[in-house]
Amino acid sequence: MYQFTGKLKTIALALMVIGAVGIISGFLATPSSVEEVKEHLHNAHNGHDAHAVAPAAHHEEAKAHDAHQEDHHAEAAHAEEGHGDSHAEHVFHQLKNRPWAAVYVALFFFFGVTLLVLAFNAIQRVAQAGWSIVLFRVMEGITGNLLPVTIILLVFLLLGSAHVHHLFVWMAEGTVDPTAANYDAIIDGKSWWLNVPGWTIRSIVYIVGWNLYRHLSRKASLAEDNETNLVSYRKNFKMSVAFLGFFLFTESMMSWDWIMSLDPHWFSTLFGWYVLATFMVSAVTVIAIVTVYLQSKGHLPFVNNSHIHDLAKFMFGFSIFWTYLWFSQFMLIWYADMPEETTYFVQRFEEYKLPFLAMIPMNFIFPILLLINSDYKRIPQFVIGAGVVVLLGHYLDVFVMIMPATVGGEWFIGIPEVGAILFFLGLFIYAVFSSIAKAPLLAKGNPFLHESETFHY
Amino acid sequence: MSNKVIHALYNDDDILMDAVKKVKSAHHHIDEVFTPFPVHGLDKAMGLAPTKIAITSFLYGLVGLSFAIWMTNYMMIEDWPQDIGGKPNFSWFLNMPAFVPIMFELTVFFAAHLMVITFYMRSRLWPFKAAENPDVRTTDDHFLMEIAIHGNEEELTSLLNETGAVEIKVIDKE
Repeated sequence: MYQFTGKLKTIALALMVIGAVGIISGFLATPSSVEEVKEHLHNAHNGHDAHAVAPAAHHEEAKAHDAHQEDHHAEAAHAEEGHGDSHAEHVFHQLKNRPWAAVYVALFFFFGVTLLVLAFNAIQRVAQAGWSIVLFRVMEGITGNLLPVTIILLVFLLLGSAHVHHLFVWMAEGTVDPTAANYDAIIDGKSWWLNVPGWTIRSIVYIVGWNLYRHLSRKASLAEDNETNLVSYRKNFKMSVAFLGFFLFTESMMSWDWIMSLDPHWFSTLFGWYVLATFMVSAVTVIAIVTVYLQSKGHLPFVNNSHIHDLAKFMFGFSIFWTYLWFSQFMLIWYADMPEETTYFVQRFEEYKLPFLAMIPMNFIFPILLLINSDYKRIPQFVIGAGVVVLLGHYLDVFVMIMPATVGGEWFIGIPEVGAILFFLGLFIYAVFSSIAKAPLLAKGNPFLHESETFHY
Repeated sequence: MSNKVIHALYNDDDILMDAVKKVKSAHHHIDEVFTPFPVHGLDKAMGLAPTKIAITSFLYGLVGLSFAIWMTNYMMIEDWPQDIGGKPNFSWFLNMPAFVPIMFELTVFFAAHLMVITFYMRSRLWPFKAAENPDVRTTDDHFLMEIAIHGNEEELTSLLNETGAVEIKVIDKE
């Protein structure tokens, strides 16, 4: 039995406290009125004017700026006040969104990783994999984070439908009312799917469904330990088949509801798989990191370097899979260049160039080059090293999915963002390791256990 | 002295593996083992060096990638940069996404084919090559271990007899 005591618990709680302080300070730092934003913009604008005199290196930027200024002056002639106001108000809303979006990115990242560990575990059961039985308790332990993180997620989403935050623009008042100033015909056309009651009910159905499977599967898995027959094993197998069917649909719909609807004018058919891929590779990475950690503490004597090798192979393969989907989505839209689709990437290219492009080396080139070598895949340090970069890269992926629609150009990875990561990391460590401590680390009673213990590649 | 070798035949891969280990631990050099199918772990038991073919394949892939980059850049950007459907051709990077499918395929093409050719060359395989089969049964259901004799015929024969060989022959090569 693994004991969750002392140092790690302190670290987890400390992370949560520090993270909570970061999140709260993010909320306190938002401007309280449009006037404050105007003041800020005015100062920034003056600073920029001085900058525009700079030499040819900033030629293009300066040109763009000039054009902007001309626009500004032309409009200023008749609507100085009105224009300044609407721009300041826009920025005000984005700054108001920032702490919420920061929480949402970290929350969604840790939720997705946990959910995909659950799915990966179900896949291993359904495929009757012979290598992974000794890792089942690690995976089940990680899914111990599912209940707390989905509860927070559900509360967060319901706060959205209660208009406490405004991340989902289609929820705003008047978007589907033809007489309102805020009327949006495109959103109105989608309102058969994107409406608050339907969206709320779907969210609850997904979350309840996943947690139900997690609960029942864990129960059956623990029951297996003391059984001499295969009743629980068979039950778990059937449940996992049913869950994977349910998961395939709900994962796709979840990604439309919770991520794609942040940009309600945009749509992409492979978006569900793309979200799946980003969390799949992160989930396998998290399994590998937790396994290596427990192994280094001597709690997994039955795990050998062939198991680590297999996990690293999955990291390698799913990294390529993620890149394939990421590129396919990007290239098809870039190639056809249809305005209603392209705006999505234009915004990411112009305002998010660094995180958007940093994903390619972090999520593709680095893990590929590091994990292509069969010997390196057996060395825990390499797996951890690649894993940390992969996780940071996929955090950026979620960041670039959520931030452009909510805070636009006002993004920064600062105190609220890092605070949210630390908070949910602390929660993850606490939930996962207290869950691992609740059961023996070897899933006895599984018919493939011996094969897994003697697994050798 | 004529070049004499001893051929020991086995009819089971487990017995063969044990025999290989015994012969190795008696410090005899095994020239060759002929089997009808891959025997898992035989290379390790014989002490063969691991293959480097994966490394060659990686390098061939890099060659393919470089070739694809050079080719697309030369044809589409340098030689005759036409406006085809509004695709940007001012630099290779601006049009890079359109070249990725080619880059990928050529990387795989070079890595795969050159590796296969390397394999054929290194293992001396080609059409009309005379088969080097010491005993036709080794392609069906027998395993054959070949050991060179250096005046220790009796000792080797008795050792191989102990390992469960079904047939032991001493053969003059050439």
